[in-house]
Amino acid sequence: MEKVFGRPKGLTNVEFAYCAGCHHSIVHRIIAETMDELDIIHNTIGICPVGCAVFMYEYMSCDMIEAAHGRAPAVATGVKRVLPDRVVFTYQGDGDLASIGTAEIIHAAARGENISVIFINNTTYGMTGGQMAPTTLVGQKTTTCPAGRDPKVAGYPIRVCEMLATLDGPSYIERVCPTSPAGLAKTKKAIRKSFENQIEGKGFSLVEVLSNCPTQWKMNPIESFRWIDENMTKWFPPGVFVDR
Amino acid sequence: MATKKLIKGNVAICHGAIAARCDAFFGYPITPQNEIPEKMSELMPAHGREFLQAESEVAAINMVYGAACAGKRAMTSSSSPGISLKTEGLSYIAACELPCVIVNVQRGGPGLGNTLPGQADYFQAVKGGGHGDYRLITIAPWSVQECYEFMPLAFDLADRYRNPVMVLMDAIVGQMLEPVDLHENFEIHEYPKPWATNGARGRAHNIINSLWIKTEVMEGLNNRIQAKYAAARRHEVRYQEYRTDDADLVLVAYGSTARICRSVVDMARDEGIAVGLFRPISLYPFPEQQIADLAASGRRFLVAEMSAGQMVEDVRLAVNGSTDVYFHGRTGGAVPTPTEILNKVRAVFGKPPVVSHYGRTEG
Ligand SMILES: Cc1ncc(C[n+]2csc(CCOP(=O)(O)OP(=O)(O)O)c2C)c(N)n1
Ligand code: SF4
Repeated sequence: MEKVFGRPKGLTNVEFAYCAGCHHSIVHRIIAETMDELDIIHNTIGICPVGCAVFMYEYMSCDMIEAAHGRAPAVATGVKRVLPDRVVFTYQGDGDLASIGTAEIIHAAARGENISVIFINNTTYGMTGGQMAPTTLVGQKTTTCPAGRDPKVAGYPIRVCEMLATLDGPSYIERVCPTSPAGLAKTKKAIRKSFENQIEGKGFSLVEVLSNCPTQWKMNPIESFRWIDENMTKWFPPGVFVDR
Repeated sequence: MATKKLIKGNVAICHGAIAARCDAFFGYPITPQNEIPEKMSELMPAHGREFLQAESEVAAINMVYGAACAGKRAMTSSSSPGISLKTEGLSYIAACELPCVIVNVQRGGPGLGNTLPGQADYFQAVKGGGHGDYRLITIAPWSVQECYEFMPLAFDLADRYRNPVMVLMDAIVGQMLEPVDLHENFEIHEYPKPWATNGARGRAHNIINSLWIKTEVMEGLNNRIQAKYAAARRHEVRYQEYRTDDADLVLVAYGSTARICRSVVDMARDEGIAVGLFRPISLYPFPEQQIADLAASGRRFLVAEMSAGQMVEDVRLAVNGSTDVYFHGRTGGAVPTPTEILNKVRAVFGKPPVVSHYGRTEG
């Protein structure tokens, strides 16, 4: 019988330690499938963030580097500049990419660095216990804004795709929402495209994945999907922001 | 072909990096080391190597981390405030046991300080600087020739010990012009790097990481790193002595301050005072045994630094209370004059200060 669903070769046999229903697991799988399909596992170097995905190096079967918090785009730059024929991707949360690592992502994008960035926006700091993130929505409660994010105190959530789209460096920027089968298919397509672009030498690609954090949001996975659809997509509309 | 060129210390660093087959340079402008990224932007592409001006020192050291992970010879250069920003990255690089070279052309501090010479980053260089138990192998040139020759040495040490190596200079060493023999009498060893994350073709995937949740694993890493430092302390101590044989008092200084002290030795000898100079070249590992031996034979020490007293602590540790250790330091970009140090020497021997050419008593 033909096997129609199995573990992608891009994943090791190590079991994910993510909470049940968390998007990190889904996006890892998509990246692994993409590496399988493009046959690039042996040619790829992934840079993992500091955040819940810190152990990504145990899960992916390509070479992996653990970066300091926020610095993955600089590390990826260092790798790509000396190994231009390898595929290099970063995988970063919103705290990692849009707070502590803002300078690194903006400049990697501005340089048009030929890397793929997978950006997991879950509006919170999952790993450290659900604190406010740069993408926490106005009014959203976190452990460091227990009354809800007050823009007079904490400002407004950062729209990373829109911000980076003002630059001339990026070749491809898309925000996706994997809460439905169609959204999942789009996510897969976008991530694959970000890798293909790199292989074609087109330059900087970023895919923002609107993601959940059922644990810190204190919801079950179904509720968390609904919350993304009803709240996150209003502030962070999915779509293609750059494609050239 | 022995070609002597009149160049600055900073420029000699660049030629040394090329001779060392450095693959990649990442840096950010800061005075007094700007000649390094400027010259590298010309030399590196000309040799088919990688040069990139980073958006910050933080980014630069993380680019170095990436290139080192990829198995390439990578370096960065900066000056004091910029080195502070690199310390997070250096801690990671040391923890991941990656080779790289960092050049610090020290300036006056603390804070933004000034762009004049300083040696107040000694602690930061030799005691680790960032978080956790790690050390930078630290070597300090005192001439433009050494700036050139210490780069192949630095890369070799970095590869051999899989540890970041700092070349610790100051604004004088970086800015002074001297004739340099740009010879190529270096043996550049190729070190196999089976650990590099350069694509898992035909092998299991490599991981470069400094996160170890289990205490026994993390402590094991610490023990391995400390064992390397113990080996470095046995094999990599470098120093130079000048007229110490019959000296009653040994000046201890490194970098440009050691140049000044060498003049002081001659001045004091002209007056009949038996003074010598001990110049640590490797600041980490520190030549503690050599200093302890000098102390054991009854010599006293006068340490001179462009700091409020940093290396003097290592000298005191080596001497371990067995003899007197005096100190003379200047800060904020001030450079000690020979007369100033000579007056300290005279004071040790109970002699009155000499009056300098400028008609005032210095010291
Ligand atoms: C320099 C530094 N500062 C702070 C931390 C603590 N820290 C670990 S993970 C994290 C936030 C991660 O949040 P995010 O990037 O949104 O990823 P998530 O965990 O939500 O996937 C922080 C602040 C750290 N490890 N290093
Ligand atoms: S804490 Fe949140 S982001 Fe982290 S694994 Fe759990 S659900 Fe996912």
